[in-house]
Amino acid sequence: MIEGRRLVMANFWVAVVAFGLAAIMAVMQALARADAELAIRSTKIYYVSVTAHGVLMALVFTTFFIMALGYFSLGAALKRVDTTTWGWISFLVSLVGTILATLAILSGSSTVLYTFYPPLKAHPLFYVGATLLVVGSWIWCWVMIRTYLVWRSKNRDEAVPLAVHGMVVTVVIWILATAGLAVEVVGMLLPWSFGLVDKVDPIVARTFFWWFGHPLTYFWLVPAYVVWYTIIPEAIGGRLFSDRLTRVVFILFVLFSTPVGFHHQFSDPGITSGWKLLHTVTTYAILFPSFVTAFSVIASFEVAGRLKGATGLFDWIAVLPWKDPFFASVALAMVTFAIGGFGGAINAAYAMNTMVKNTSWIQGHFHLTVGTAVALTFMGFSYWMLPRLTGYPVRLRALALAQPYTWFVGMMLFSITSHITGIMGMPRRVYSAAFGGSEVAASWASLTVVSAIGGVVLFVSSALWLVVLIVSVLGEKRPERPAIEFARPLVPVSGSAGLWDRFGLWTAVAAVLILIAYAYPIAHLLALPRFASSAFQPF
Amino acid sequence: MWTATFLLVAFVLAIVVSATVSAVHPPSHIETIDPAVVRTESEFSRPGVIEDEHGITVVVLAELYRFAPETIRVPAGRPIRFRVTSPDVLHGFQIVGTNANVVVAPGYVSEVVTTFPEPGEYLIVCNEYCGLSHHLMQAKLVVESTP
Ligand SMILES: [Cu+2]
Repeated sequence: MIEGRRLVMANFWVAVVAFGLAAIMAVMQALARADAELAIRSTKIYYVSVTAHGVLMALVFTTFFIMALGYFSLGAALKRVDTTTWGWISFLVSLVGTILATLAILSGSSTVLYTFYPPLKAHPLFYVGATLLVVGSWIWCWVMIRTYLVWRSKNRDEAVPLAVHGMVVTVVIWILATAGLAVEVVGMLLPWSFGLVDKVDPIVARTFFWWFGHPLTYFWLVPAYVVWYTIIPEAIGGRLFSDRLTRVVFILFVLFSTPVGFHHQFSDPGITSGWKLLHTVTTYAILFPSFVTAFSVIASFEVAGRLKGATGLFDWIAVLPWKDPFFASVALAMVTFAIGGFGGAINAAYAMNTMVKNTSWIQGHFHLTVGTAVALTFMGFSYWMLPRLTGYPVRLRALALAQPYTWFVGMMLFSITSHITGIMGMPRRVYSAAFGGSEVAASWASLTVVSAIGGVVLFVSSALWLVVLIVSVLGEKRPERPAIEFARPLVPVSGSAGLWDRFGLWTAVAAVLILIAYAYPIAHLLALPRFASSAFQPF
Repeated sequence: MWTATFLLVAFVLAIVVSATVSAVHPPSHIETIDPAVVRTESEFSRPGVIEDEHGITVVVLAELYRFAPETIRVPAGRPIRFRVTSPDVLHGFQIVGTNANVVVAPGYVSEVVTTFPEPGEYLIVCNEYCGLSHHLMQAKLVVESTP
């Protein structure tokens, strides 16, 4: 029994419920885009569901799952969580926030999509809910940091276990990222939605949003990497490629995750091209640790294959456990992420971005990255974690195995067609892509049908995951549980990790980088003669 | 690891060189305007095509849920400067099939300059969610051959 087991499971189940609701929202959107005639299809329902899908998947599912993974890593690797009381307070605050925001969205009063760009104005409860979700996650950060510090004070010279290293990095990224969000929501949107100020500047708000919005993706990704580096190699009988290299990779994410936001604002007025170029360079810098991850995790797979007796150039691939749903999830997530990564390099490209900006290419891209690399890893991890934490063995093994493969097929159909229609110019987030019978729009039509089929397959896969989880916990518990073992590196770690465990130092360096990347452009924006905008609720 | 480093350095160099040497930049126009008066007291109160000593400028107002003018006629083969702003929420201004694609924000004027080599008809769409009829917000660009 590990420390904080109940906290892990509570957060995990909220993530699962959010995922289920969001999946229902998604299938309707895919069908609407293909102009399918549905009884419940209306613009109002469509945009409500786009908002709900985005918030529940990208913010609620991920945040709760990552909080669960954080407690899991600390509880299993350090055998402690200090303190579980604050852990429960964090859980409740986040949960109340989630419920408030979800109600605000479903009532139709807050159809502002998950980016909530002003001057679109949501109901105040939406912002209050989002704020509470983040405040709850900050309390989680505090529990994580405190647990780490207590452990550190008792183990002065030891390298922190790698999984904990990754989770501390996740916490640091989250704190640096949400600082931008806090300024936007608390400083601008909350007072505005309560009517205390009557105008906001949309470009200033967007700048703070993307200060948060891109590091957010590393807040999703680093925990998935924790699973890739520290769990899966052991689970398939392999070895972690290099402990030291992994720590360097994690620290690079701390340094470079924040000063990258402008690649979301390449087409914005009010920001000079010089700053956009600087962010381009730092955005490419952050591709580096992802590339290294691809190489080193695949190397750990190869080691596993060779330990199983493979000797040829590629036969180690065949002997990998493709019938294990956990391994299949992670392996397919990695394949998908490689494709998503190349698309991301285009999004981040200073001048090429304009070809894909706000087209369906973007939705194709993030469904490969967060929607598959992260979400599929998390789903696969749940098959591994559930029996170890709760004693419930995974039942319906055949469905559990079908789940990652259907997800992969569905996502390929959905995302590849979205990339293609994006290149052809189809905008994202439109209820109908018919554009009054326009000729170009007609050329997208057959592809949107393929992508709708992908959406349906994805929905089936989501349902499989939920069914497997629910049926598993309705079954009988086993008294003996599989051991929780983290991956051992190829070369054993000797002594302390020294420099790469100095989180305070790296956080300070990252803060300086953020200052360099944002202080001047924000000052420049604020110095312009500004005419902020009143609120609009066209929904 | 060295492959990764090499690839990244090559990418970044290509981008920095194209930006600094050939001046390929994303649209980054800096100009503010009061959204309360754009409909009444600015050039955007008379949207349309203007030809003067600076060349051809198209003044476009993007608002819930239309572009004004709804049909834009420009000649092929000459640089066209689009100036766009919004009196209400964020919109997108995307000429489908071209590299003209810019975010339109109330309070700011967005500019994008491009040349259409061939005559033809283009669809202009709003690609930034703006409300319930977002998907209906469109205009037509007619590129005419120059005699
Ligand atoms: Cu619009």
